[in-house]
Amino acid sequence: MLIDTSTVGLIQVEEGTKILPPNVIITTFDKIINWGRLSSIWPTTFGLACCAIEMMAAGAAHYDFDRFGIIFRGSPRQSDCLIVAGTVTKKMAPVVRRVYDQIPEPRYVVAMGSCACTGGIFRTYNTVQGCDTFLPVDVYVPGCPPRPETLIEGMMKLQEKIRKEQARWSPWR
Amino acid sequence: MAVVEVRISLPYKGKDPTEIAEKIKEKFPDEVVDVTNFRDQVSVIVKKGRIVDICRYLHDDPLLLFDHLQDLCGVDYHAKKDPRFEVVYNLYSIRHHHKIRIRAQVPENDPNIRTVTAIWVGANWHERECFDMFGIVFKGHPDLRRILLPEDWEGHPLRKDYPLKGPEPEKDWHGFIEVLNRSKELKEYEWEE
Repeated sequence: MLIDTSTVGLIQVEEGTKILPPNVIITTFDKIINWGRLSSIWPTTFGLACCAIEMMAAGAAHYDFDRFGIIFRGSPRQSDCLIVAGTVTKKMAPVVRRVYDQIPEPRYVVAMGSCACTGGIFRTYNTVQGCDTFLPVDVYVPGCPPRPETLIEGMMKLQEKIRKEQARWSPWR
Repeated sequence: MAVVEVRISLPYKGKDPTEIAEKIKEKFPDEVVDVTNFRDQVSVIVKKGRIVDICRYLHDDPLLLFDHLQDLCGVDYHAKKDPRFEVVYNLYSIRHHHKIRIRAQVPENDPNIRTVTAIWVGANWHERECFDMFGIVFKGHPDLRRILLPEDWEGHPLRKDYPLKGPEPEKDWHGFIEVLNRSKELKEYEWEE
């Protein structure tokens, strides 16, 4: 049965999304795919220092990352995001880089805590002065260590970033 | 509610540390350089030559019985003392509840000392850390490799003449330089937004 659009009409529910009752939704690929991706960010299960404890607390029942669709994934090859949680030492830097290299594109990096952002208090021989020296960082979460709320805000900033992307998911980008 | 008085008998405190220091001095008169006392923490400063004999005596003597090596570490007295280094043994007796600190002097040129792993097996990793950080060679050690830093790291960072901020960027550890170079190489394959 063909629907007579002249009698029903498209209803605009928000900017760029129209609904044709009862069950036709007209929107852009960007909108729907970005929505899907930002609602299911899977970070790699990877912690380096005390920040990892806060990251675990954010993932556990009380702060509950799962309600944002953020589920820690045990393999970098099946995750979207790397949370660099803690001090990166020079000995650990090749390992961090290898974990990042294994994550398929499109991928994101969240630098969690003062040490991962800048090296923090450790201006010493063995500490990397910020993981942005060898990784492209998307979101910096300051704090020593940041509280789980702060990390959640950082992940929401990353969600905002993904929401604004244009065809990054596609081969026509 | 009735108040119940609980009397706890304090454990036997063992020997006074100054007494232990006297015993060591008696047994090894030529080895003991000095005995210091800071807030009842007694250190016996000894020469490094017979350190294994001294430790063996402290470990085996039934009245001392230092069966627990609490810690082993190094100290660098750069430009403050001669000999420059000291290896510190913090000993505790689980049977007698007493402690003593032994400090063995190690000179700057060719810093080495005999290992005590034959007496306390736990000294193994402590000695490796001391070697890693100060470059003090423990003779007779079963596996003297670096324990914390990468095995091809240059220098011993806890020495006072080691630069605090580490080596210059171009003289950095080659593994880290490789990571920096690789991140530059792979940058063109990143999906830019």
